[in-house]
Amino acid sequence: MHVPRFEKIWIGLGLATMAAFFITLVTLAVASGLNPPSTDGMTIDPTKVSQTPPFDKPGLHQSGPHTYEAYYVGQIFQWNPQQITVPAGSTVKFFVTSVDVVHGFSIPDADVNVEVMPGWVSEVDHTFKEPGNYLIVCNQYCGAGHAGMFASVKVTP
Amino acid sequence: MTVRENRLVLAHIWVALGALFVGTAFGLMQVYSRAGAHVTEFFDYYRLLTAHGVLLAIVFTTFFICAIATYATYSTQPRENRSLGIGWTAWSIMLFGTVMAAFEILAGNATVLYTFYAPLKASPWFYIGATLLVAGSWVVMVDILVQNGAFKKANPGKKVPLPAFISAVTFVMWFIATLGVASEMLLLIPWAFGWVSGVDVHLTRILFWYFGHPLVYFWIMGAYIVWYTVIPEILEIPVWSDSLTRLTFLLLLVLSCPIGVHHQLMDPGISPVWKMLQVGLTLTVVLPSLMTAFALFATFEAYAAKQGKTGFAGVVGALPWTNPAFAGIALSMILFIFGGFGGLVNASYSMDILVHNTMWVVGHFHITVGGPVALTFISVSYLMIPKLTGRKLMTPRMAMAQVVGYFTGMSIMSIGMHVEGLLGAPRRTATLEYGSSPLAATWESWAILAAIGGTIIFANIILYAFCLLGSAGITAKGETKFGFAQGADPEESPWWLNRIDLWAVACIVMVLIAYSGPMWQHFHEGTIYLAPGARTW
Repeated sequence: MHVPRFEKIWIGLGLATMAAFFITLVTLAVASGLNPPSTDGMTIDPTKVSQTPPFDKPGLHQSGPHTYEAYYVGQIFQWNPQQITVPAGSTVKFFVTSVDVVHGFSIPDADVNVEVMPGWVSEVDHTFKEPGNYLIVCNQYCGAGHAGMFASVKVTP
Repeated sequence: MTVRENRLVLAHIWVALGALFVGTAFGLMQVYSRAGAHVTEFFDYYRLLTAHGVLLAIVFTTFFICAIATYATYSTQPRENRSLGIGWTAWSIMLFGTVMAAFEILAGNATVLYTFYAPLKASPWFYIGATLLVAGSWVVMVDILVQNGAFKKANPGKKVPLPAFISAVTFVMWFIATLGVASEMLLLIPWAFGWVSGVDVHLTRILFWYFGHPLVYFWIMGAYIVWYTVIPEILEIPVWSDSLTRLTFLLLLVLSCPIGVHHQLMDPGISPVWKMLQVGLTLTVVLPSLMTAFALFATFEAYAAKQGKTGFAGVVGALPWTNPAFAGIALSMILFIFGGFGGLVNASYSMDILVHNTMWVVGHFHITVGGPVALTFISVSYLMIPKLTGRKLMTPRMAMAQVVGYFTGMSIMSIGMHVEGLLGAPRRTATLEYGSSPLAATWESWAILAAIGGTIIFANIILYAFCLLGSAGITAKGETKFGFAQGADPEESPWWLNRIDLWAVACIVMVLIAYSGPMWQHFHEGTIYLAPGARTW
């Protein structure tokens, strides 16, 4: 089997590039905590969401001076709560689950993007620095009314 | 190739093209719907989106790859009175499954998109139909392995010809991968019949994506068979390197299956460490990809050297650009470069947050499976179909316009989709209104650009049908040159490049390692609740 010298250089450069990418991703993950949402083992009975605290009362709860916890329930074809309001500079920790099929919880302007599965609780947080109205969409097909499944986060100055 | 053998290959091609024509027409309605034309009053967006995905991504690709692999295997290992029983059995099972699944989709009983994420609850006959399509393709693998085995028996000490060997590698990879989706079906079918009350949603997703990523490589390997062996045949030179071609396919076999979790980076229930491990394994695909790029340029260079041309401009200028089959395949390779770049973003762990489930991903797979793979198959059909029917392509200029137009349309549509996705537009939605949100308003002009690209593609597929009618249907007989080239050095490669079994074992070991963590976590952390599911359409 003959591998030309130029091919060895070419493949070497390719592998080195991928290694650099991988090291960058690992460094960012370890040093800056840049990980995708990956909650371990947080499960919930999808048939009993409305009786299981804290999802029996979906909504916003303040947990510190600038921190909030928001509990969301996805159910065809809406998010509950429909709107939450927080002041700029707040960090909101979102806990999201579904009572029926798979949904996707996405705030495009806030880099919030997570799959929501019945039986599981997805967790993701974000600090809202700029005031404004942030659109929340469902970005995983959930049925006939999928395109109408949205909500919002209102960030006041 | 005998007339009997030709008929089997053609049978696969006709089903593939039927799926292509119908599936593309549905795609046209989707781009218009998202661009704001109120067409959903006349058709059910998600039902036809399901049909579009299943017909193009599964039916068209699988049947066409079966055609290429069967053709490559038979034509390079000629035999008198070959038994075609296995081949026709495979085709019949696949077609039966396809018709069953397609009927359920069009009847509105399986509007679950081509990923059929549980607990969206489709009719059990949809799942059974899809399973039969896959099971039938396993029989194609059996046929290829039987043919290769017979060759080895009749030619002791000789290697299986390159085109037959890489076809076998492709189907062994496909078999290992589809065990995942077959296992998923074992969970879904009893639940869809109502024999069990719920389904383990997370497990079905792990099994689906264990299959879902190698599915992508299956498409690519089908196109690679053409790139590695048909391009040299068109250029009338040998395959550049027999052993490196074998190595490329064997690497794709090993590296295809243990990486499906990179489609689940945004899923709860899988820890960051295991996600990162599979991201790392995903990036290793650079190895066979760059080897392929090198081999193709080396092939072009060898062809140009025969005509005394050297240097980049000399080589590019020497290539037979007026041959529609060559030009189409070469254009498809250009699309694949950009498809590869985009894929790096999708697989890059934290970066996936920006693009996951957005229109970017749709743009990405339209310049991978929709571009390089589909355009390669369309282009090669301009040689295969006339050759198999004993005719001649009557309209080479029209065919040339068709492949260039397809490339243009796909580029435009894909750019629109990529930008739409970067601006946050979700995929798989019938409309982009979102209560007149200002953010959603920024998506509209890019959705219109995608619709313009989609229109060009649709027009092109009609043109493609005309070109085929001109060569396969009504016009005079003629001679077409087509075949699968082999290497000049077939006896040189080391023994370990001829043992698919060893590489298959390596693949399975890698899968067991890469999935041990996610599976352990699934079954040992938290309680598993089964979801009853619903028909939400």
